[in-house]
This record gives sequence, C-alpha cells and structure tokens, in this order.
Amino acid sequence: MTETTEVPGRKPDGAWAHLLHVLRENPVTMLSFGMFAFFLLQAFFGALLVPHDPLATNAANALQPPNWTHWFGTDSLGRDVFSRVVVATRLDLTISVLAVAISFVIGSVLGAVAGYWGGWIDALLNRVLDTIMAFPLFVLAMGIVAALGNTIENIIYATALINIPFYARLVRAEVNIRREAGFALAARLSGNSHFRTLAFHIFPNALPPMMVQVSLNMGWAILNAAGLSFIGLGVRPPTPEWGIMVAEGANYIISGHWWVALFPGLWLMLAVFTFNLMGDGLRDIVDPRRRT
Amino acid sequence: MLTIKDFAVSFRTRRGEVDAVRGISLDLAEGETLGIVGESGSGKSVTSYALMRILDAGGRIKAGSAVFDSRDLVQAAEHDMQAIRGREISMIFQNPRAALNPIRKVGHQLEDVLRRHGRATRRDARAKAIEALEAVRIRDAEARYDAYPFELSGGMCQRVVFAIALACGPRLMIADEPTTGLDITTQKAVMDLVRDLTRDRGMSSILITHDLGLAAEYCDRLAVMKDGQIVETGPAAALFADPQHPYTAKLVDATPRPGAGLRDLLPAEARTPLADHVPGGRALVQVRDLVKTYPAKSGPVHAVKGISFTIREGQSVGLVGESGCGKSTTSSMLVRLLDRTSGDILFDGFDIADIPADRFVRDARRSRIQMVFQDATDSLNPRHSARQTIADPILRMSDLRGSALAARIEELATLCGLPLTLLDRFPHQLSGGQKARVGIARAIALDPKFLILDEPTAALDVSIQAVVLNLLADLRARLGMTYLFVSHDLNVVRLLCDHVIVMQGGEIVEQGPAVQVMDAPSHPYTRTLLAAAPMPPAATAAAPRSAAE
Repeated sequence: MTETTEVPGRKPDGAWAHLLHVLRENPVTMLSFGMFAFFLLQAFFGALLVPHDPLATNAANALQPPNWTHWFGTDSLGRDVFSRVVVATRLDLTISVLAVAISFVIGSVLGAVAGYWGGWIDALLNRVLDTIMAFPLFVLAMGIVAALGNTIENIIYATALINIPFYARLVRAEVNIRREAGFALAARLSGNSHFRTLAFHIFPNALPPMMVQVSLNMGWAILNAAGLSFIGLGVRPPTPEWGIMVAEGANYIISGHWWVALFPGLWLMLAVFTFNLMGDGLRDIVDPRRRT
Repeated sequence: MLTIKDFAVSFRTRRGEVDAVRGISLDLAEGETLGIVGESGSGKSVTSYALMRILDAGGRIKAGSAVFDSRDLVQAAEHDMQAIRGREISMIFQNPRAALNPIRKVGHQLEDVLRRHGRATRRDARAKAIEALEAVRIRDAEARYDAYPFELSGGMCQRVVFAIALACGPRLMIADEPTTGLDITTQKAVMDLVRDLTRDRGMSSILITHDLGLAAEYCDRLAVMKDGQIVETGPAAALFADPQHPYTAKLVDATPRPGAGLRDLLPAEARTPLADHVPGGRALVQVRDLVKTYPAKSGPVHAVKGISFTIREGQSVGLVGESGCGKSTTSSMLVRLLDRTSGDILFDGFDIADIPADRFVRDARRSRIQMVFQDATDSLNPRHSARQTIADPILRMSDLRGSALAARIEELATLCGLPLTLLDRFPHQLSGGQKARVGIARAIALDPKFLILDEPTAALDVSIQAVVLNLLADLRARLGMTYLFVSHDLNVVRLLCDHVIVMQGGEIVEQGPAVQVMDAPSHPYTRTLLAAAPMPPAATAAAPRSAAE
C-alpha cells in the first residue's frame, strides 16, 4: 500500500518540468548532463574554437610543457595538444554514438523478436549471442578491424557488433516478461497485430533499462575505439583521436613529457565518466512513472 | 495491552511531507481481536508498519506513543525492537509467497526464526519446526518440511507464514490483509485457523483488511480508518446496524450482502432507479464441448474438459470458480486470445473457434467481442495516457480520426464516469477506480455485443467496486451488451448476473438461473463456495429489505 494522497485537479508535469525535476533532484545527474553538454559543444564547434590548427607541425616548438600559448603543451611534432584534444572529441563521439546506435537498433530488433515469439528463434539467437560473448570482446573487435581493414567505418561496425549481445539480452528479458501482461493482451483485443503490439506497446516499456545500458555502453564504445587506435588499428595518424594521442604520448612519459599522454587520457576518462553517470538520469527521464 | 495514543506518521515525498496517519488512538485488550478496516490510502498498513518500526525510507513517526506492555514502541531502541519483533509481536503480510524466501525449504525458514529467538537448539530445531507446522494444521508436516515455497499452494504458504509468526509464541499478531489473493474457501480455512489459534493461545491480534464483511466475521471490535484517521470504533454488529459516521455508513452500504440490490451499494443520494433488465431469447454465444489441453512435461494438463453452455442476447452470465478451475482459460478462448483444443464456440451462429487466435485480430468480429481485464493497472500500458489507451481500438478498427475521434473518446469517458481532465494522465497518475473506468471505456469503445468481464472489481476498494458494478449495469442497459462475468466472489455475481455457471477442475458442476443456484444450490461444491463467503451482519438500518426486488 502506498501513501498517495493526491491533490485533485493539479496538472501533471509536462516533459520539460519532468526533465528539470530529474536534474534538480540528483546533483550527479545535473553534473553529468552539464559535462555532456560540454563535450557536445566541443564536438560541434571545437574545430572553430581551438586556438591552433590541430595538424600544423612546428619542429622548433616540439614538446613544450603547458604554457599560456599552448595550454596542454605541444607534442613531439610541435602540434598543440589542447587543439588536438578538443578536435578529437567529434571523431570519438561520432564513433561511439554510431556504434551504440547500430547495436541498439539491431540488438533491440533481435531481442524483441526472440522475447516475443520465443521458441526456436529464441534458442537460435541465444546460442549466436553466446558465441559472440564467448570471445574476449576486445580481441574480437581487433580481429574484425584487422580483417576488414583499417577504417573508421570498420571500427564502428566492430564496436557495434561486440555490443549487440548486451542489448539483445536486455530487450529479450524485458519483452518476455511483458508478453503476457494485461496491456499486451488488451492491445491484441484492440486490433493490434503481433508486430504492432510488440513495437508500439511492449518495446517502449523496455526503454528505461535500455537507457542505462546505452549510457554505460557509450563509455565502453569510446574506450574500445580509443583502445583500437592505441594499438594501431583504426584511426590513423595524423588524425587527432584520443587513443592515438595517448599511444603517441606514452613513449614520452618516461622522458618526463607527461602532458602529451595525460591530457587526451584525461579527456577520455572524463567522457567515459560522463556517460556512466548519465545512465540513471536518462532512465528517469524516459520513465513516465517517474512523473507525478 | 497495547495503547496507541495520538499516533502520527508522515512520509517525505517529492511534493513535501505527506501525513499518512494523523493522530490515531487505539486500545487493544489482552486476548482481543481488533479489525482495522479502511480502503487503500487510508493509512491502515502504514500504521502497522510504524508499530513494528519497519517503515520505508522517508517515513517517520511524527508524534504519539504506542505502549506495548509498558514499553513505548516509538521510543524503543532498534536493538530492543529486534527482540520484540517476532518474539512479542509478529506480523503476517499480504502476499505469503513474497514473505517466504523462495530458495530455502520452508522447514529451514521456520528453524531460522526458532533459533534466532533462542526457542530451539540445533538438535531439536527440526522436531520443533515440524511441530510448528502441525500446529497450523498442515497435513503430513514431516514431508512439507522439505518443500520449497513454490511447491506449495497460496493457502499453504500463508499457513507456513502463520507458523513462522506463531513459532516464538508472540502475544500480539498483526495480520495485514492475510487472505487477499487467496480463494474464498482457502480464505475461510486460513481465517478460521487464525481465529482458533489466537484464541487457544490467548493472543491478541489486529486484522487489517479492506473487507468489512471479513472483519465483521472474525473481529471482536472494528476501527474504521479514513485518510489517516479513525472515524469510528465499535463492535462489528453495532457498526453494521447503526453506523455513526457517514463514511462507515458508506462502507457498510457498499459491502455486497444478501438482500441488497446493486443500487443499495451506493450512497442513498445516488440510488437512481435501475433500468429494467430483460434478457432476450436469442442465443448469442453457444459453447459446445469446449476442450483445452496444455502439453506439459509430466503429461497433458486438462484445463477445460469439454464444457457446454449458452449465453442469450442481453443476458449476464456469471462464471464462478476458484483459481485453477479453468474459468480464465475459458474466457481467454471465448475472447479469442487462446486457441481451443477441440469444440465449438458459436458467436451469432458462426463458429469463431475455427479462426486461429492469431488471425482473429483482422476478423470483423474482433470489435464485437471485447474484454475488461482483471487488474486495471496491469492492463493499461504504463507509457500511454488514458486518451491514448481509449483511442487505440478506435484507431485500429474504425475510420474515426481527428475531431470525431476526440469527441468519441470524450463521449466514452463521460459514459464511464471518467472526468475529462484526467484523459491526459498516465496510469500511475490515476486511482484504482479511475484505471478501471479507462479499461471499461477501452473495451466498449467499438460498441461490442459481447463483453467478458474478468474479475473487473477484484483489485478495487468496496466503495469503488460498488460504483463500477453499477456502471456496468447501466452500460448494459444503455448499450444492450451481453456479459460474461468471471469471478470468484458469489456475492458480487449475485448482484449482476441472471445466470450462473459454477466450474470446478475444468468442468461445469452446476449451472442455472442465478436465484436458483444461489438460494438452492444442488451441487455440494456450490454449497461449499456459498458457505465460505463471509457474511456481513444484516445492515437493517442502511438497506431496507424491499431492495431485494
């Protein structure tokens, strides 16, 4: 039993009021959304705002420690680390957003179908997912990129593929428990086909937990892309990308040039951190039950 | 023994502090059984949780005292409360399955409690646990000791919970809706057991329930709660005969009882005359030798074993039975969500059982046969507003769009008594009664001829049940619908139905006109069902005898 004593006639919250409430209620969510906005700003306008050309080399100015002209110092070719870090945001976010979007869509479709119809489709899907998950995922991604070729698209596909099982399993479970729910049966009686019942009645109810998965996954996807670039698969120099920059900077840490690797690493860490923190907030936003 | 004074509980919520219990005072004597009766949101469960000091996060006891044996439960340290819970005061919760650990044998769970409170040692725990199971009249307790909760029926689980509650010889037992969700015969068995054992041991008990009839039958004294306050206390018979507070009178009126008609359940000012209900003669639905068999690992399960009946146009037929009797399977087949194994379902003379359930969605008869689901909460999509929910069948199965659609939705809402301002709310923002109205509005959106009502009031408070039953009767008169009313509550079936079908174990054991089945049952099972229903004392003052038509 609950203690709801509702004030009659009060208007329910709209979407905006709800968003504001979620942000206000939880300072961590507020912080994560603020940081997300910070990264989005860099992704969209970073290239216009940075003080130096991220690709311009200047051998005379190599390996400068952070100073007023070069806030994050310069790398071994004299390129401005700050500009490169900021410009790299767009590429890293694009890779992770696209990869997560692909795995979200494919995973949702597979999981929803398996969860709703069950039977041999379900059994088959589960075994295929088991097979994918039986590999160490990063090694699988390395294999895919190595086999298909060293391009950004292939990093996206590889990252998407290794994430599909997480979505498919989550959706399968969420759809499965709602397959026989009253509202799903009522939808059938209202004249919805199986497809409509699944797509418009059952699936949207799986969104709140999916949002948590999406945000965690964004973090993994960025790490994964950076990891591939770090070991030389994927994005090629001189394109600014956090993984490569860390890889390049790693050689100079021993000689005391810590800034070359530290700042891209810091940005990478902050991005992953942001996405991981966003999960709960996103879930609260897409869950209508959180509104009052 | 227990003296509660000015007890107040409040909860911190998103919109400030909400008072759930606002200063109640109660006395409970040694050996007395007190019933706290109220509808959902009245604060009756919160009171019991607060007494045990097991309130949810955000809840706190704001004021007052609760003196149990010269100790104030409000002031007691958590450490002392741990000793009191279980040993001095024990509690039975609503859902027995949820109260038991699903992965531990029930015997072990009993032992845990016995040993935790020093009532048994490792050596004699097993014997004492079996003894405790025998005390709650579990047959073959030795074998049941090794059972897991999922292997036991709901009633059996509640007995185990009861055994755990009694294991340490408490002096006060609080039972929070102990029989909600149990079959009517099981309810009687469990309640009789609770009464006998508490009486034998000289225990006091508090029964918290929404069912005034049940409370009246098993309690010495009742306290009626509303909005966190006790509006009236007194012996059950006195409350029924001469309710002092208007709310008590409303509750007494709304409780289905022999001799009261549908309109008598409503407050006096709402008792407009009921439209004449004359069932037509034409057979609308004919069921012949309907069989449903499920394949299972341990051999086929015969859910419905060849039943036949006829529903005439305009008739309201009650389908009665306990869980597992096949009534839900039957209604699922009739509404064409489930394929039959064999047999015919003739609707308007055409055998609709031949059309597979998967394809019936596109059949022209889909809109003619609709259903109101048991659990209003579960049957509404949490992501759809009331308006979207009601619009769904219209969008799928008719050409109504735009302003005509909006007008139709508002017409339906008005017809079902749903305020138009609530149309844009989501299910969780609606009360139980409002959700039931949305479900009914959706079901009648396309003017169905045949409506299956699957326990539509089972999850509702009695006063809302009274309103919904009357709404259904009015809709039947206005729209000329035929009802199949599936229920386990004979008192409710009696109110709405002309014809009753009693099912047991997948077979029809008795069917006939409602008056005949109710007043002169021929089958022993029907007699058992009727005897198990709690009988509220006759409310002479509230409902005149003439109301029985």
